[in-house]
Amino acid sequence: MVVAGVIASAIGIVLALAIEWFPTVAATQTKKISTLYDVLLIASVPIFVLVVTVVVAAVIRFRMRPGQEDQDGPPIHGNTRLEVIWTVLPALLILGLCTYSYIVLEDIEKAPAAAQELRIGVHGEQFAWTFTYPEEVTGGEELTTTELVLPVDRSVRFSITTADVIHDFWVPDFAMKLDAVPGLTTHYRVTPTRLGTYPVVCAELCGLGHSVMRSRVRVVEQAEFERWLAEQSTPAVEEGAGPDEQVAAGKQIFASEGCGGCHTLADAGSGGQIGPNLDDVLKGVDEAKIREDIVDPDAQIAAGYGAGIMPSTYGQTLSDSELDALVAYLKEATK
Amino acid sequence: MAADTATSPALEPVPQITAHEVTRERSGIIDWLTTTDHKKIGILYLVTTFVFFLIGGVEALMMRLQLGTAENTLLDPSTFNALFTMHGTTMIFLFVVPIMAGFGNYFVPLMIGARDMAFPRLNALSYWLLLSGGVVFYASLFFSPPEAGWTMYTPLSNETFSEGGGVDAWIFLVHLTGLSSLVGAVNFYVTIANMRAPGMGWGRLPLFVWTILVYAILLILALPVIAGAVTLLLTDRHFGTHFYDPTEGGSPLLWQHLFWFFGHPEVYIMVLPAFGIISEVLPVFARKPIFGYKAIAASSVVIAFLGLLVWAHHMFTTPSPTVVLVFFMMSSFLIGIPTGIKIFNWVATLWRGTIEFKTPLIFAAGFISQFTIGGITGIIVAIFPVDWQLHDTYFVVAHFHYTLMGGAVFAVFAGIYYWFPKITGRMMNEKLGMWSFALMYIGFNLTFLIQHTIGLDGMPRRVYEYPDVGNLVLYNRISTIGAFVLGLGILLTVINILRSVKRGPVAGPDPWKANTLEWFSTSPPPDNNFDVIPRVRSVEPMKDIRRQIAYQTGTGSEAPPAAESLVRG
Repeated sequence: MVVAGVIASAIGIVLALAIEWFPTVAATQTKKISTLYDVLLIASVPIFVLVVTVVVAAVIRFRMRPGQEDQDGPPIHGNTRLEVIWTVLPALLILGLCTYSYIVLEDIEKAPAAAQELRIGVHGEQFAWTFTYPEEVTGGEELTTTELVLPVDRSVRFSITTADVIHDFWVPDFAMKLDAVPGLTTHYRVTPTRLGTYPVVCAELCGLGHSVMRSRVRVVEQAEFERWLAEQSTPAVEEGAGPDEQVAAGKQIFASEGCGGCHTLADAGSGGQIGPNLDDVLKGVDEAKIREDIVDPDAQIAAGYGAGIMPSTYGQTLSDSELDALVAYLKEATK
Repeated sequence: MAADTATSPALEPVPQITAHEVTRERSGIIDWLTTTDHKKIGILYLVTTFVFFLIGGVEALMMRLQLGTAENTLLDPSTFNALFTMHGTTMIFLFVVPIMAGFGNYFVPLMIGARDMAFPRLNALSYWLLLSGGVVFYASLFFSPPEAGWTMYTPLSNETFSEGGGVDAWIFLVHLTGLSSLVGAVNFYVTIANMRAPGMGWGRLPLFVWTILVYAILLILALPVIAGAVTLLLTDRHFGTHFYDPTEGGSPLLWQHLFWFFGHPEVYIMVLPAFGIISEVLPVFARKPIFGYKAIAASSVVIAFLGLLVWAHHMFTTPSPTVVLVFFMMSSFLIGIPTGIKIFNWVATLWRGTIEFKTPLIFAAGFISQFTIGGITGIIVAIFPVDWQLHDTYFVVAHFHYTLMGGAVFAVFAGIYYWFPKITGRMMNEKLGMWSFALMYIGFNLTFLIQHTIGLDGMPRRVYEYPDVGNLVLYNRISTIGAFVLGLGILLTVINILRSVKRGPVAGPDPWKANTLEWFSTSPPPDNNFDVIPRVRSVEPMKDIRRQIAYQTGTGSEAPPAAESLVRG
C-alpha cells in the first residue's frame, strides 16, 4: 500500500507539473502566481493520494468475506497519538503555505519607480470596456479607446471604474482580476512580459450581456506602442474618401468595436442576441437616426428592449470620421 | 435501584406525552395537511426537497445543454441568467439546507430516544413556511424570474437593473425559508438539549445529532443577518432608501459583507449534517466503532466557529487592505485542519473493519474521495494571489460542486439508502443502487473535474455562451455529457425509491445491525416511537442491546456489555 501510494503520488505530481494550467504566462505577476499554484499542487497531491489509497486499500483488504457476516471488527475507539499527528502536521503545512503566499502577495503589489509606470484608466459599462490613456502617456490630448494596447516590459497601473453595476476586469493571461465597484476606483498593476494579443474578460455577472463583455489587450514593443498612440490622433478614414472606402472602413469598425457581440447583422456575419437585430430595426432608417442610435442609444429604444443596456460612450470613443464610416456602413448593410 | 433513581437526575424519566382527549384518526390527505408528527413532517420535508432537487437538476441540464457548444443560440441570455439564478437558489434554499432538516426531523427524536420534537406544532409551521417559500419563488416563472444570480449583488439586483418582481420573489423566498429554518433550528436545539434518553450524556450523543445541533446554532447565528440584508434590499428597491447606493452614501460592498456573513456559514450549514450522516454510516458498514468520536464531534464545533470568520474570502477581488486579505486567508486555511481531522478519522474507521459492501457505504466512500478534492481546491482558492486568477471562474464552480454535490449530495444519497428501510419498512434494491452510484460517480467527476481546467483557461462563470478558442468546446462537451450521465444515475435512484416503497423486501426493525436508537423501534416506527425507552450506556446503544439479548437468550458467546460500558463515556 505504501509503495502504491508513493508511486501514485509521484505520478500525480509529475502530471500536475507537466500540465500547463495557466493560459500563457504573459506578465511577471503571472509567473509568480503560477509557481505558487504548482507548489500548492505538489503539497495537495500526496494528501489526496494518501486518503484515497487508504480508503481503497481498506475496502479491499477488510471487505466482509463469507462467514464473517456476524463478526464485528475490533473495538478500537481512537488513538490520541494519531489524532495529534494529523492535527499538527497539516497545521505546519498550512503555516508554511500561508507564509509563502504572503511573500508572493508582497512581491506582486510592489510598486516600481514611479516615473517608469504607465497609468491607464479602465472603465466598465454594460457591456463594454473603454480604456483611457491620460495626457502624461499620450503627450497630447487624453485618449479613449476600446482596445487596450500596452508596451512590453513596463509596469502598468490600472485604475478601474464603472458606470453602472459591478464588473470585473480580468486578463486571464496576466492572472489578475479586480472588481470595478460603483463609487470606488480600484487598482492593480502588472508588467506584461510577452508580446501578443490576449482576451479581456468581464468576470462578474453584470446583466444580459455579461458573456459578450469582452475586449482584447495587445502587448507590443515600446516603439510600436508609440506609433499606435500617434495613429490614434489621425482620422481612421482619409479626408474626402469615397463612399466605398467609407463603407469598408465602417465594416472594420463594426467588427473591432465588437458590435456583433450584441447585435445580429447578416452582412457582418454576427448573431448576437442581447440587442435588437439590426437587419430588421435599421431597415430604411436614415443616417441621422442611425447616428443617434449609436451615440445616444436610450433616446429611442426598439420594442422589447430595455434602457441602459447599450453603452452610451460611443460618442466619445469613436471619432467623428469613424462614426461617419460606421453610419455609412450600417446604412449600406441594411438597405 | 430506587435509591439510585432518586439521587441521579439523569435517571429521571423524560417528560411523557399524556393524551387529554382521544381524537378520531384522520384519513389520507387531511392527515398529511394537519399532522404534527415529526416522522410525517420529516417525510413531507424529504419528498418536497427532493422534488426541488429534481427541478434544480433539470435547470442544470438545460444550462449544460446550452454550453455544450460554443456560441450556442439554443437559449437566449435572459433565460440562461434566470436558469442559473433559480438553480443556485433552489439547490441551496430549497434542497440541501431543508433536506438536512428533513433527516433531522425524522431521525433526531428517534436517535435520542424522544417521542416527538419539543414543539410539534412549530415543527409543522417550519415545513409549511418552507413550502410557501418555494411556491412564492417558483411563481415568478409566470411573470419575470430573477436573473441576477443567487448572490443578488447590488446594483444589478436593484430596481434600475432588475425590473419586475423576480428579485422580490427571491427576497420573499429568503424571508420565508429563513423563518422556516429559524423556527426549526430552535426546535432542534430545545429537543436535543432536553429530550435525550436517560443515560445519553453529551458524550453519547450520536454524531449525526451533534451535527444537527451545530447546524441549528449556525442557522440561529447566520439567518438574522441575511433576513436584515434582504429587507434593506427590498426597501432600496421600493421605498426609496439607499443602503446599497454609492451615489447617496450607501455601499454595494455592504451587501456583499452581509450576504457572505450569512453565505459562508450557510456552506457549513449544508455540509455539517452531511458529515454527520457519513459518521453514522461508516461505523455501521465497517462493523467497527467510529474512530475518534470526541475528535469528530469537537471538529464540528470548531468548523462552525471558524466558519463564521471567513466570509470575506468570497470578496478577494473587491478592494481590500492587505492585512484584511491575510486575516481571511489564515482563517480559511485553519478550517482545513478540523476538516482534515474528520476525513482522517473516517478513513481510520474503515481500517481493520469488516466492511460490508452495501449502497450506503459505497456512497460514503465516494463522498470521502470527492470531498477531499473539494477541500483541497478550497485551500487553493483561499490563497488570494491564486484566487485572483480563479475567482468567478469555472474553477470555483467546480470547487463548490465538489463540496456540495460530490460532498453533501452524495452523503444525502448515503442517508437515503441507509434510512429508507426505517422510513418505509422496506429495503431498496441493492443492484439498482450500485448502478445508480456508478453512474453518479462517473458522471459527477466527468462533469466537474474538467471544469477546473475550463476555469483556469479563462472561462468566467455565469456566461450564456463562450468563444470557440483553445479546447473550450471539447472540455465543455465532456462536462455536458457527464452531466447527463449524472442525471441518469439520479434517475435510477428515483426509480429505485418508487419501486421499493411498494415492492421492496420487508426490512424488519434493524436490517443493518446499526448502532443508534432509531433501529430499536419498528420500521416504520409507531406514532409514539418507542413503547419503552432504553437506558443508554454507550455511543452505540443498539450494539449493547443486541449483546444483551444474545446474552440473555444464550445465542451469543460474548460477555454482557456492562463492564465495557462502565469504563467508557
